[in-house]
Amino acid sequence: MGALEDFAEEAGAEDPVAVRGGGTQWDVGGPPRAPVRLLGAPAGVVDHRPEEMLVRVRAGTPMAELDEVLAGAGQMVPLDPVDPGRATVGGVLSVGRAGLRRLRHGPVRDHVLEVRYVSADGQLVKAGAPVVKNVSGFDLVRLLVGSLGTLGLMGEVVLRTYPRPRASRWLTRPSPGPPPARLLGLYRPASLLWDGASLWALLEGHPSDVDSQARHLGPGWTEPDGPPVVPAGGRLSMAPGLVASWARDRSPATFLAELGVGVVHLSGPGGPAVAPDPLVTELNRRIKERFDPTGRLNPGRMAA
Amino acid sequence: MTLVQDLTAALDEERVRNGGLERALYNRDASIMEGRAGVVCFPETTAEAQAVVRVAAAHGRAVVPRGAGTGLAGGAVPVGSEGHEPVVVVTTRMNRILEVDADNAVAWVQPGVLNLDLSRHVARLGLHFAPDPSSQQACSIGGNVANNSGGPHCLAYGVTTAHVLAVDVVLADGALVRLGGLEPESPGYDLRGAFVGSEGTMGLAVAVAVRLTPLPPALRTMLVGFATVEAAAETVTAVIGAGIIPAAMEMMDARITKAVEEYVHAGFPADAAAVLLIEIDGLEDGVAAAAAEVVGLAEGLGATSVRVAADAAERELLWKGRKSAFGAVARIAPDYYLHDTVVPRTRLAEILARVYELADANGVAVMNVFHAGDGNLHPLFLFDRRRPGELERVKAAGDQLIRVCIEAGGVLSGEHGIGLEKRDYMPLLFSPADLLAQDSLRDAFDPTRLFNPEKVIPSGSRCGDLQSIPPGVWI
Repeated sequence: MGALEDFAEEAGAEDPVAVRGGGTQWDVGGPPRAPVRLLGAPAGVVDHRPEEMLVRVRAGTPMAELDEVLAGAGQMVPLDPVDPGRATVGGVLSVGRAGLRRLRHGPVRDHVLEVRYVSADGQLVKAGAPVVKNVSGFDLVRLLVGSLGTLGLMGEVVLRTYPRPRASRWLTRPSPGPPPARLLGLYRPASLLWDGASLWALLEGHPSDVDSQARHLGPGWTEPDGPPVVPAGGRLSMAPGLVASWARDRSPATFLAELGVGVVHLSGPGGPAVAPDPLVTELNRRIKERFDPTGRLNPGRMAA
Repeated sequence: MTLVQDLTAALDEERVRNGGLERALYNRDASIMEGRAGVVCFPETTAEAQAVVRVAAAHGRAVVPRGAGTGLAGGAVPVGSEGHEPVVVVTTRMNRILEVDADNAVAWVQPGVLNLDLSRHVARLGLHFAPDPSSQQACSIGGNVANNSGGPHCLAYGVTTAHVLAVDVVLADGALVRLGGLEPESPGYDLRGAFVGSEGTMGLAVAVAVRLTPLPPALRTMLVGFATVEAAAETVTAVIGAGIIPAAMEMMDARITKAVEEYVHAGFPADAAAVLLIEIDGLEDGVAAAAAEVVGLAEGLGATSVRVAADAAERELLWKGRKSAFGAVARIAPDYYLHDTVVPRTRLAEILARVYELADANGVAVMNVFHAGDGNLHPLFLFDRRRPGELERVKAAGDQLIRVCIEAGGVLSGEHGIGLEKRDYMPLLFSPADLLAQDSLRDAFDPTRLFNPEKVIPSGSRCGDLQSIPPGVWI
């Protein structure tokens, strides 16, 4: 039997189960409700096809291991977890939070082409397909990304890969603020961060384009050693246009905002989440009920 | 009160059409399938759309959402037996651009706004809506959302779902819900992602927040001719393999190139076995380097001609050639059947050879014009529906095409959707458990199955509902 079949057998169809990856974002969505049997997803890069720009990888594979394989062909998957040595592919997809380059490279959900998962009744189910363009049926792949393992247990996925940028440069300058409008006029920067006191820009691309974009930024910018330290407290999500007014009465350096994206990292706690529209909650509940009628998948996680 | 009376009370007489001839206009979309439209309604506001859905539900009628009707898979073909025809809700009068936020590159639009109209409207701000289906002059944003539409430039920019931030949807009970939002992360499942591409089966979109994309500062558009189809296909593979993602990489074979040249006189090489229309965009130096590399790769693989557009006018002309392909075909044959499948892009040469073989074996003329960069094939089978047997041969060729693509590791549709056309092929790609999961998602949104019945998922996938051919439909 293959690794996926073994995983399905281990998951079974009866008792409460949850898959634990590297545990780097284990607190997202609250702790699982005990008792729950913890499983590990199968691991390993199954098949990297650089000329197709996709990779088939098992969910339990550490992101660093995947990156090492892709780097061998000059490629990457721009998911950028904070701790790639521990974070697994399945964990990053299940939580669904992108890293600092979302501005240029997009959300996690746009990098996933296929998911093979174990359903609540223990069957292997395939969503999507290993091609870059596909509208054959409903989009279960996007439903599963960010679902915290509450709809199915990811076993194996196919991800899009991308060429690694030929040049990549962080630049910073003091910027007490308000944050700049329209991304400083840069053309598709990879990242633009602001903490109320300073700005950081990540430029990627052809080396001389990176140079010209750096010149476009004007004087006063210096090259830091790398990106700023991301505050490890709460995480807010807001329409990018609201960041400036949100930050107006915040102390500098107590947050780091991803400009143009709307994710704000806090050094303190995030506070209570805004209650969603009851109709959204109802749709979430109905989906959960249909995919996991007995509530055995990662019980207690997510409000749904 | 009758259905028509209730609908008229919700809208007005002029926007509720029940005449036989008027209804018949809505029996079809741009596919060759035909259904049976019930009352046809034209709401203009969200409240009116909600009212129409409520009335239809109260009268036990299904609702078929319809945009501009340019769909090619029968997604907007109304399916229902006589006396139970669905209410067709046409969004063409919900055509207002509600809000444009240039600073944050977001626009809110009603679903009936035409794709190209939006891009034209925001061009003065240096922005555009990136998905560009070939029908972009005629197709609506709502239809793009329903089908998760693609287009030539989706190679670099991604299909519609990557450009939709939020959708306001009327559910089967008439309630209005916002799926997704302008914020990047929302708690709960990606309902927005689930809805985009659901082909009108989960609800009626009444407003869409789309992401706008900056117009690129630099562009190179080139037309490269080849002596063989294989050389063109190998060039596609080589370009992607070199880590270059063009904004678009379109292929046209000799037959379609000749037809286009005779139609638009764009200077396409009439003697080439295949041409590639390749566009690179971005910042100047990267564009120049990538364009030079692409030309080098193409010449190394035997390109016979390379023409780089010298200015915007020449670029327009080259794209006009590509986008006029279907008009050009209409001059040659009275009917054509346009297919849409995807194969791994490294296997294009081999699959194209199979496409010509199976067309020949069925005695059908075929032309190929397609999105080569992402392996998205669009064989056009020519026919004349008045000649007995021709449509049958085209259908046989299409059936074989689909099977060849699936066997090669491809999929049923890259951008047209499943609709009715490919519904019964879904088991070629998905197991019963896979299909049941997809149907569960639909069921969660629309437990009463009010919206667009009989589409996408074959009937056998549902419990206790076995029905092979929908009544009132011929395919």
